[in-house]
Amino acid sequence: MSGLPGVEAPMSGLRGAFAAGRFAVTAEIGPPRGADAEAITRKADHLRGWVDAANVTDNQGANVRMSSLAGSLLAQRAGVEPVMQLTCRDRNRMALQSDLLAAGALGIPNVLLLTGDHPRFGDHPEAKPVFDLDGVQLVWTARTLRDDGVLMSGKAVSPRPAWLIGTVENPFAPPLTFRARRLAKKVAAGAEFVQTQYVFDFEVFERWMASLRDLGVTEHCKIIAGVGPIRSLRALDFMRTAVPGVHVPDELDRRLRGVPAGRVEEEGIEVCVEAVQRLATIPGVAGVHLMALGFEHGVPDILRRAGIPRPPTVLPDHNRHHPMEGIGHAR
Amino acid sequence: MGVDEQRVPGGGWPRPVVPRIGARVSYALHHLLAAKPAYRRLGAWLERRRPAYRWFTWAERVTKEQLYGCRMCGQCALPDTGYTCPMTCPKQLRNGPCGGVSAEGRCEVHPELVCVWVTAIERAQDAGHGADLDLLQRPVDHREWDRSSWVNYWQGRDDGLGIAPSEDDPRPLLRRELGLRPR
Repeated sequence: MSGLPGVEAPMSGLRGAFAAGRFAVTAEIGPPRGADAEAITRKADHLRGWVDAANVTDNQGANVRMSSLAGSLLAQRAGVEPVMQLTCRDRNRMALQSDLLAAGALGIPNVLLLTGDHPRFGDHPEAKPVFDLDGVQLVWTARTLRDDGVLMSGKAVSPRPAWLIGTVENPFAPPLTFRARRLAKKVAAGAEFVQTQYVFDFEVFERWMASLRDLGVTEHCKIIAGVGPIRSLRALDFMRTAVPGVHVPDELDRRLRGVPAGRVEEEGIEVCVEAVQRLATIPGVAGVHLMALGFEHGVPDILRRAGIPRPPTVLPDHNRHHPMEGIGHAR
Repeated sequence: MGVDEQRVPGGGWPRPVVPRIGARVSYALHHLLAAKPAYRRLGAWLERRRPAYRWFTWAERVTKEQLYGCRMCGQCALPDTGYTCPMTCPKQLRNGPCGGVSAEGRCEVHPELVCVWVTAIERAQDAGHGADLDLLQRPVDHREWDRSSWVNYWQGRDDGLGIAPSEDDPRPLLRRELGLRPR
C-alpha cells in the first residue's frame, strides 16, 4: 500500500507515534452543518503541527453533519491526518463495509469504529436507528476485511485497505468491573487503539487501567485518554447532566465553582492541563484525545502548558501528491 | 424531552426487559431442552410440517416473550447472557453495554429502565456463568426473525453464534475471529 501517507512518513501521524513510543495527541474536527469545506480547513489550521491526528466525527451526537468520509478527506488535504469515525447507527453492514473500502482507497490512515449515539439524542429522533452490527462486530468486520481480505459474505477484496483500527470505551459507565473486559473483547475483535470518554475521575480511570494491564490489553492496544477543558459553569452543568456516560467528581465541581465567575475558563483550562500531565505518568497510557469542541484554537496552548512535545514536523506538501488532490471542492 | 417521557412508550425502539424468571432456573431448563437426537428429529419433523412449525413457534414466542421479553430474532443469545435478552436493548447490542449507561445503571434511551446489560452481567456472574460474557457474539442473521430459535438450536444452526476464546491461543481472547461463513 505505498501511497499511504502513514507509510511514506513513518515517524508522523498516529501510526508513527505508536511505533516510536511517542506520547500521541489526537483532537477532534466536527464537520459542519452545511456544504462548507472551509469549516474543516479552518479547524485543521488550528491543529496542524500540534496533533498526530484528528478525529472526524460521524453525525456526532446523532445530529446530521457533513459525512465523516468527506470531512476526513478535507482534513487530509488541509494537512491534518484524519481518524475517520464510523458508527453503526446510520448504516447497515453493507454500507459500513463500502465506507471502509472507500476510506482505504482514499488513503485515510485511521478509522475509529463505534456503536454510536442513539437517534433519540439528536436532531432527527424520528429516524430509523440501524444498529445492524454493534461496535464489537464492526471492529471484527474491519479486521477481517483488512487482514484476511474478505467481506462478511466471505467474498475476497483486492487490494485490501490498510487503515489502523481504533475504537472507543467509557471506563466510567456501569458496570465498572466489566469495562476492561468489554475493551478486551474489542481488542480480541481487532482494535489497535482506543480513545476513552472524558477522564475527570482519576480514581476510576486508574483502576480501569490496572485491569487492562492485568488482562494484557495494553500490550495489544494503545490507550488514548479523553480530555477536554470545561470552560464555563454552563458547560460543567451540561457535562454533569446531559452527556451520557460522563462522570464529573464533586471535587472538580467544587474547584470550578470556587473561583470567581470571570476565572472559570482559565481554571477549566488549568484542570485540563493538569489532567494531560497526570495521564502522561500512568503506565499504559499512550496518549491523549483532546476534545475541545469549538475551542480548537486553544489546543496548542493546552499542549504547550502541559509540556507535551510537538509531533515531528510534517512536510508542508505532505498531501500534495495525494491521488484525490483537486477533486471536488475548488478553493 | 420531558413531555415526551410522559407519553405512552411507542413500539419503535426495543425496551430493556428484566426477566421474570431467575437465571439459575433458566440454566436448569436449558439442560432439559439441550440438543439431543430426539429433539433434533422433532425439529426436522416440525420443519417439514408448516402448521405444526407455526404452532410450535407460537408456543416458543409466548413463553419466551413472557419470561424474557423475547422478540423472536431466531438466534437465541440467552444462554450466553445470563438469560437476559440483548435484543431488548434499544441498540440491540449483543456484545455488552454501550457507553451511555447512567451512573445508576440505567438505559440512556429509556432512563426509567435498568440497562439490559447491567442485568445480564449481574445474572450471569451470580449464576457462575460470568465467563460467557467474554464470548464474541456474531452479527444477527436477519433472515431468521420469527423463526423458532429452539428448532435452529437443535438443528445445530446456532453453533458458533458466540465464539469462545481458544485454549491453545497463548493470547486468550486476543486476535480471535468472531467466525465467518466459509468461503
